[in-house]
Amino acid sequence: MERKTTVHAEDGKQELTITREFDLPVELLFKAYTTPEIVEQWMGTKVIKLENQKHGSYQFETTDPKGNKHVFHGTIHEFSPNHQITRTFEMENTPFGVQLEFHAFERLTDSTSKLVMHVVYKSVTLRDQILQMPFDVGINMAHNRLQDIMNQQL
Amino acid sequence: MNLRRDVFQAIADPSRRAILLLVASQSMTAGAIAANFNTARPTISKHLQILTECELLEQTQNGREVHYHINAQKMKEVADFIEPFRQMWDERFNKLESIMKNYPR
Repeated sequence: MERKTTVHAEDGKQELTITREFDLPVELLFKAYTTPEIVEQWMGTKVIKLENQKHGSYQFETTDPKGNKHVFHGTIHEFSPNHQITRTFEMENTPFGVQLEFHAFERLTDSTSKLVMHVVYKSVTLRDQILQMPFDVGINMAHNRLQDIMNQQL
Repeated sequence: MNLRRDVFQAIADPSRRAILLLVASQSMTAGAIAANFNTARPTISKHLQILTECELLEQTQNGREVHYHINAQKMKEVADFIEPFRQMWDERFNKLESIMKNYPR
């Protein structure tokens, strides 16, 4: 499997970096972050609000398989087309608090680009909890799936 | 079923974790592995198939016998707790890429 996306999270630090190269011109990569209908498709979320400007804000809402709604929101601090988006990100009604995200968009060639996402959390503990979340979700989903399969067999 | 299976689905099952522990110390045939369980042989075969499909186990042909052994590299990925987080972003970005490749310019 090709490893296009890398995550760099040093022990004992409250930040991490996600890096990815795309077979897309930087303009299209940037568009994927700023066009609500497209964000909805790849993030698997509903976009309630997305103001692409300095001092603008955004709000996303996702519905989990059990039908529970989760809302995410934040404020945009820097918005320079095809170059940089700096914003805050917060999951409502969770103990994780707010995080600061620096999205650097970089043109590599006419048809390729790179995204470096630098995320700073409130504490090392919170960062590590968030890193482990997909693992817990994965395990739970696997258990549920196994449960469904078992139920079908009975 | 030839779907590419999720590693974390594979290790969520207690029998499959037991198989991995068993094979970790030495490579074994399906028969030798099954002898350690009270479960029916086809069930163990199914577990072995799943573990092989998600590359946690590898097979080597030894004359007429097939031996199963641990894929250390893949096990390391699983042990690394960042991996599910990386996969989550990788899947999102793959989706982004495929959507934008079809986007009218």
